Amino acid sequence: MSGDSAASAPGRSGARPERPVGRTSLRERWASLLHGGLFQGGVQGSPVLRLLLRWIRRPLLPLMRLWRRNIQLKVVATTLLMSLGVVLLLGFVVIGQVRNGLLDAKVKASQSQATGGFAVAKQKADEAESAGADDGTPADQRASQNVIEWMSELVSSLSSGGQGAFDVVTLPPGDDSGGGRGPRASGGVDPNKSVPEDLRARVNTGSSAAQSYTRIRYSNGDKESQPALVIGKRVNDPNGDPYELYYLFPLTQEEKSLSLVKGTLATAGLFVVVLLGAIAWLVVRQVVTPVRMAAGIAERLSAGRLQERMKVTGEDDIARLGEAFNKMAQNLQLKIQQLEDLSRMQRRFVSDVSHELRTPLTTVRMAADVIHEAREDFDPVTARSAELLADQLDRFESLLADLLEISRFDAGAASLEAEPIDLRNVVRRVVDGAAPLAERKGTAIRVVGDQQPVVAEADARRVERVLRNLVVNAVEHGEGKDVVVKLASAQGAVAVAVRDYGVGLKPGEATRVFSRFWRADPARARTTGGTGLGLSIALEDARLHGGWLQAWGEPGGGSQFRLTLPRTADEPLRGSPIPLEPKDSRRNRGLNDAGLPRGSGEKSATVPLQPAGEPRSGARAPLTPRAGAAAPTADPTALPGNGARVVARPAAVPPRPARDDDDAVPDAWRQNGGAALGVQQPASGSAADAQRSGDGAASGARRQDDGARPGVRRQEDAAAAGGTRAESSGRVDAGADGSDDQGEAFRGR
Amino acid sequence: MMSFMKGRVLVVDDDTALAEMLGIVLRGEGFEPSFVADGDKALAAFREAKPDLVLLDLMLPGRDGIEVCRLIRAESGVPIVMLTAKSDTVDVVVGLESGADDYIVKPFKPKELVARIRARLRRSEEPAPEQLAIGDLVIDVAGHSVKREGQSIALTPLEFDLLVALARKPWQVFTREVLLEQVWGYRHAADTRLVNVHVQRLRSKVEKDPERPEIVVTVRGVGYKAGPS
Repeated sequence: MSGDSAASAPGRSGARPERPVGRTSLRERWASLLHGGLFQGGVQGSPVLRLLLRWIRRPLLPLMRLWRRNIQLKVVATTLLMSLGVVLLLGFVVIGQVRNGLLDAKVKASQSQATGGFAVAKQKADEAESAGADDGTPADQRASQNVIEWMSELVSSLSSGGQGAFDVVTLPPGDDSGGGRGPRASGGVDPNKSVPEDLRARVNTGSSAAQSYTRIRYSNGDKESQPALVIGKRVNDPNGDPYELYYLFPLTQEEKSLSLVKGTLATAGLFVVVLLGAIAWLVVRQVVTPVRMAAGIAERLSAGRLQERMKVTGEDDIARLGEAFNKMAQNLQLKIQQLEDLSRMQRRFVSDVSHELRTPLTTVRMAADVIHEAREDFDPVTARSAELLADQLDRFESLLADLLEISRFDAGAASLEAEPIDLRNVVRRVVDGAAPLAERKGTAIRVVGDQQPVVAEADARRVERVLRNLVVNAVEHGEGKDVVVKLASAQGAVAVAVRDYGVGLKPGEATRVFSRFWRADPARARTTGGTGLGLSIALEDARLHGGWLQAWGEPGGGSQFRLTLPRTADEPLRGSPIPLEPKDSRRNRGLNDAGLPRGSGEKSATVPLQPAGEPRSGARAPLTPRAGAAAPTADPTALPGNGARVVARPAAVPPRPARDDDDAVPDAWRQNGGAALGVQQPASGSAADAQRSGDGAASGARRQDDGARPGVRRQEDAAAAGGTRAESSGRVDAGADGSDDQGEAFRGR
Repeated sequence: MMSFMKGRVLVVDDDTALAEMLGIVLRGEGFEPSFVADGDKALAAFREAKPDLVLLDLMLPGRDGIEVCRLIRAESGVPIVMLTAKSDTVDVVVGLESGADDYIVKPFKPKELVARIRARLRRSEEPAPEQLAIGDLVIDVAGHSVKREGQSIALTPLEFDLLVALARKPWQVFTREVLLEQVWGYRHAADTRLVNVHVQRLRSKVEKDPERPEIVVTVRGVGYKAGPS
């Protein structure tokens, strides 16, 4: 879990030069743009581009959002675009065909007209030639006088049949000025401009007729040019000199027809597109409206309004959707109803059981206390019985209380009374409350991170219960080493971590410690007090807040329990201000599980090997050399980077390296099963217990007598452990066994 | 403890074994217990016994504890300590709102019960004459009266203690824990719901507009303080 991300926010925010902050004026933006971007070359170009893109995109964002979210808009827009494409394509095809049809007819008519005209011109030339020959005058004498006249006559006579349907143009061939046979044209046509050059070239090179499209231009500027078909041929004048004769057929009529068709098509196309869009909108609406209704109702359903139903009309697919939806809602409502009934029943049951059990228990409790008070007058057996009765009633009571609490959670009857509280006060109360126990254990409880208020909306009663549980556990299993309670808050979360340096947890146990009545080894009787429900209840308490309760531990390296709560009750957690694995874990310090500087081996690889191989040598060659070397690193007060407020330890206990506890302590525990109860529950007449337990209890009792002689005590522990090993040499899993005990004991309240 | 703390205690409980056991313990501590097992007869027994304190079980045949509590509170400010088997918020709050001063959850230790009873009886010690002002209220500590513009306001002893505690140090913000200690006499932090409920009850009596309190002001995240006088 890398929940520490939340805490690392400061320090980053300042370092973004390319980003203009907030509401700088436009000019400033440009200035920064020019300085930071454009003037400094290509590398800086990308921020400029990004900025530009952002400027462009910003006004479009709502539109894009609408596009993403609105299926109706999508369908209508797509329909419009596609129908527009289809209509355009169709229009082009139709217009092309109409134009071809119109022109074909015109071209045919024009060609026959022109052919006739050319024939007439030829005929007239022949007639004039023969007439001239009859005169007897030489042709070249007449030419200069008559050809000019003849040509003008020819043009007017040829064009006279057209009535404006065509015009006639004659041109001298090529660049030849034609000896007075200059260009002539009917109807005010500008002959040179109206006949394209390439057509003239073709006409001059061949003897057949040629045609081309052109625009007729008129010599007087008032009349507008118009499109035309021009057909030309080289013919001879009466003198036998060639000249070019062109027929120009204006296409005005055809163009008009075409533009009419175009206009009609465009109008029709527009209508079609708009209508299609409207149709698409309507059709989609028919489908989308029920879908939207379903979405809305589903939202309301999930918000808890279970009686919401869709309106169903007809038998179509939409109606089926509605029916299925309603059936689903019906079933959901039914199930939820059943569960609620069940929950109510369970709650009722718990409440009843609670009352029915508690009332007689109160009587028993009071009677036991009265007897207990008077035990000094009894004979030893009865007196001891009275003690046991009172002690076990305590245990029974806390077990009953925990069971009822758990079933209250199970029944969903637990309610959160959240109000803003300062967790420092809660921690202070918890630490004060745990002080007597800590003193007996020789443990110092340090509180870190309480300089600033750590405020969150939480149920003080529940949070205190959770923290009391964690702190008492840490003290009980911290083996007299420091317990560190760390507070932190960042962004939307606050966290309290309780770190101890005791036996720790094996891999996989970090989650199992929260299971109800969980034991690593069911065959073993519990050795410590507690109901086995403490951490389960703590977990439920954390969940009720929408928070997390997590454990981390390493064998021999202690453990850390972290409670993370959202700062406001309904805010989801995204991270925790405190990393789950503490900074001073072995892995973070680069040590392996045996407390040695880590080589290449991974943690997971070394763990299974450790109980079988390592401890054996460790137990036999006790402690001394390594203990000295490892001592500084294991001392929590000497850790780098936590500005802890150090509370003086009650006795001058030198920090114990984690190394020697790996094997020694679990075995000592194993050995002293009976005595350990006394150790862990000093309140319940532990001295007597310890004495009764005999030889095996020796180290446990000594352990309990306090931390004044830690060195001696440790050696004895280790010796006892070695002895155990020697006796039960067949047991390979001794170390593992011991750790299990530890893990299990952690669940004590 | 001190001998003048002896007092008559009315035990309203239908469980005869528990009632008998309570009697043994109470007598052992020097109280004079009297018993009633039926909710319907509780009020009559109360009038007859004139107890200094009532121990009231919430689950009773006939009238239930809540109802009995309300009836007693209607005619007397005598301290009422509820015995309840339920520690659910709703049950506790309903009990407190019906007028109980304190509650104790079964199963309890005899010492705990006796400590609570003593704490509730302790206020019968004679206080020194003292006049306090809070908001527009005038409090006569010795005379055990609260007046607004000459009009006297009836408060239960507990509510009165709560108001006096706040009024004595108007500059101080009291956390709920501190109030629990000063008013209820708990040395260890107990249930802060006690404080919340009683502050609500007190406000409903002394505030002009309980929705916008001016006498007992909430300091968010901390606790309560006396309003400016």
